[in-house]
Amino acid sequence: MQLWLIPILPLAGFLINGLFGRRFSKGMVNTFAIGSVVLAFLWVLKTLFGLGGLPGTYTEHYFTWIQSGALTVNCDFSVDRLTAVMLLVVTGIGSLIHIYAIGYMAHEGGYYRFFAYLNLFMFFMLTLVLAANYLVLFVGWEGVGLCSYLLIGFYFDKKFATDAGNKAFIVNRIGDFGFSLAMFLIFRQFGSLDFAHVFAQAPAAPVGLLTLIGILLMFGACGKSAQIPLYVWLPDAMAGPTPVSALIHAATMVTAGVYMTARSWVIFTHAPIAMDVIAYIGIATAFVAATIGLAQNDIKKVFAYSTVSQLGYMFVGVGCGAFSAGIYHLMTHAFFKALLFLGAGAVIHSLSGEQDMRQMGGLRTKIPWTFWVMLCASLAIAGFPFTSGYFSKDAILLAANHRAPWLYWAGVFTAGMTAFYVFRAFFMTFTGKYRGKEHPHESPPVMLIPLVILAVLSIVGGALFRIPDFLHTVFPAVETPEEFGPMAIASAAGLLGIALAALMYWYRPGIPDSIVNSAKGLYTLIYNKYFVDEVYDAVVVKPLVSGSRLVLWKGFDAGLIDGIVNGIGTRAKNIGDVLRLPQSGNTRSYATWVAFGGVLVIFLMAVFGGLR
Amino acid sequence: MMGHVPLSWFLMLSAVLFSLGVAGFIFRRNIITMFMSIELILNAVNLTFITFAYQRQQVAGHLFAFFVMVVAAAEAAVGLAIILTVFKNRETLNIDDLDSMKN
Repeated sequence: MQLWLIPILPLAGFLINGLFGRRFSKGMVNTFAIGSVVLAFLWVLKTLFGLGGLPGTYTEHYFTWIQSGALTVNCDFSVDRLTAVMLLVVTGIGSLIHIYAIGYMAHEGGYYRFFAYLNLFMFFMLTLVLAANYLVLFVGWEGVGLCSYLLIGFYFDKKFATDAGNKAFIVNRIGDFGFSLAMFLIFRQFGSLDFAHVFAQAPAAPVGLLTLIGILLMFGACGKSAQIPLYVWLPDAMAGPTPVSALIHAATMVTAGVYMTARSWVIFTHAPIAMDVIAYIGIATAFVAATIGLAQNDIKKVFAYSTVSQLGYMFVGVGCGAFSAGIYHLMTHAFFKALLFLGAGAVIHSLSGEQDMRQMGGLRTKIPWTFWVMLCASLAIAGFPFTSGYFSKDAILLAANHRAPWLYWAGVFTAGMTAFYVFRAFFMTFTGKYRGKEHPHESPPVMLIPLVILAVLSIVGGALFRIPDFLHTVFPAVETPEEFGPMAIASAAGLLGIALAALMYWYRPGIPDSIVNSAKGLYTLIYNKYFVDEVYDAVVVKPLVSGSRLVLWKGFDAGLIDGIVNGIGTRAKNIGDVLRLPQSGNTRSYATWVAFGGVLVIFLMAVFGGLR
Repeated sequence: MMGHVPLSWFLMLSAVLFSLGVAGFIFRRNIITMFMSIELILNAVNLTFITFAYQRQQVAGHLFAFFVMVVAAAEAAVGLAIILTVFKNRETLNIDDLDSMKN
């Protein structure tokens, strides 16, 4: 079925725009960038229709990539239903965001560079999704990390953007270390990295080893999917352009960790402790990130913490054995979070770059289209009944309830907070009186059309695409009875959050300040994100930097290495200083030396017998 | 006739001439005098060659003496030319003043 065409098309777009884009007009850049991604989307559709219902796994072998001793790594792509969902999400949402970016980036420098990076990202993301073994997956995994770095630091003349790019890259590297160790262990135990081979043998492997592999894989996923303790890079990643935040840091790349853990479900189902770790990390991240989101004033920061929180939900689903629920939420989250970011981008665009919600307000009448699509997205993320978020979040919460009630209640509480902070942002942006100075203007149609499509998907996507039913051939069935009580409570929590936000930020805007004043310490703690960045800075970054500076640079490099090199130079100079003395330039002193030399030779010959 | 003169006398004369040449080369400052001292050294060596050639009845010593004379002649031609050029440029023949290689 020519699966290789799917990632190659965006790669071609990247090469053409990256190499020649500087000389192209914007129209040409658009043609190659958007064309390649849309073609990839169409090719995905054609492939999936061609493969019919996809009851099993369809694999294509291209070539043997690495062969060394017992290690054989093939460059294989495979498609099963899980891959199909991911392919559709990545190429579908990717196409919409590419189209949106035409409008958003219209006035920015480095236009062709932006689209080249975006296409490169699509290539690596599709490689990651299509991979049939861990190493090819890892290639995509690292590649999307690289593109993330490049795009976060897209405004490379701004210090905070390049710093954020470095932070994302380095934090991801820590997670990748865990992933690499997991791959080594997998190869050591199973003698292969192929998914089919590993998962066929996994049930027979020792539980302790599987637990270790699972936890290390989860550590890798923590880096990529921004979970505690490695979530700190994602909020800073908002330094990139907004379409990047939507595509990479909300809809697709950050879900790679969820995809990878769901893909490795066989390992996790045989390692219950690793499953618990995933669920606990997930719920802790969901909760902590949601509390931070309550107090942020930058509209993109709110949605960034919301992304971290929602990714936590997905891991709760995976950790409770409801893999399909996690993927379900991954898909609906891609719809509504992409829309939230793109909508926020439209707001920012209309205000010529303003991101502080305290400078917004009353935009409902000024940018009505953006208002309506943002309302759809906010309802979906809040879990308003029968929107997409409602279905997927309920699926996860039901699985959590089945596993442990406290997980469920923590999830419900987080859902309430989620609804609250999203609608807080919504009301601060669109209701009340306009507080800013810029003159707001509605976005061009090229931005609005993707927004409207995503809005429709956010509302009906959950009911339309019943992922758990679709994925029943991939994942083991989990018995989660459709209980009405917990579902109603979860929805009620969301509605309560919305109502509270409406009360505090729309109906009576004075309330928040009085609450802040009555709980000053707590507010400061949350507003400053629990000082996690500062703690990491003091515990990890500072010792590392000063250790490198004092020991490695001043001590080892400047002291030892430079000492050796300079020492050799100085000795040569000293010897030269001594040898210089006979070289006086005085002819008669030379003659004297010659005479002395002659005398010495004769003397030696006399003493030692000389020539016979 | 030479048979009556002991070999050592020739060698001593040669050594005296050689030492005079070396002493002249070291202690005199005029380049031409130094040049003449070199000729003296060469001729002292020549005398040694001839002496041993005579004593051992071998022609190789004579050949060496001729070679030395040929080279000395060539050297004299070149050397005198150099000295002339030096004098033209520096207007001095004092060897101690000709130390531009030093710095």
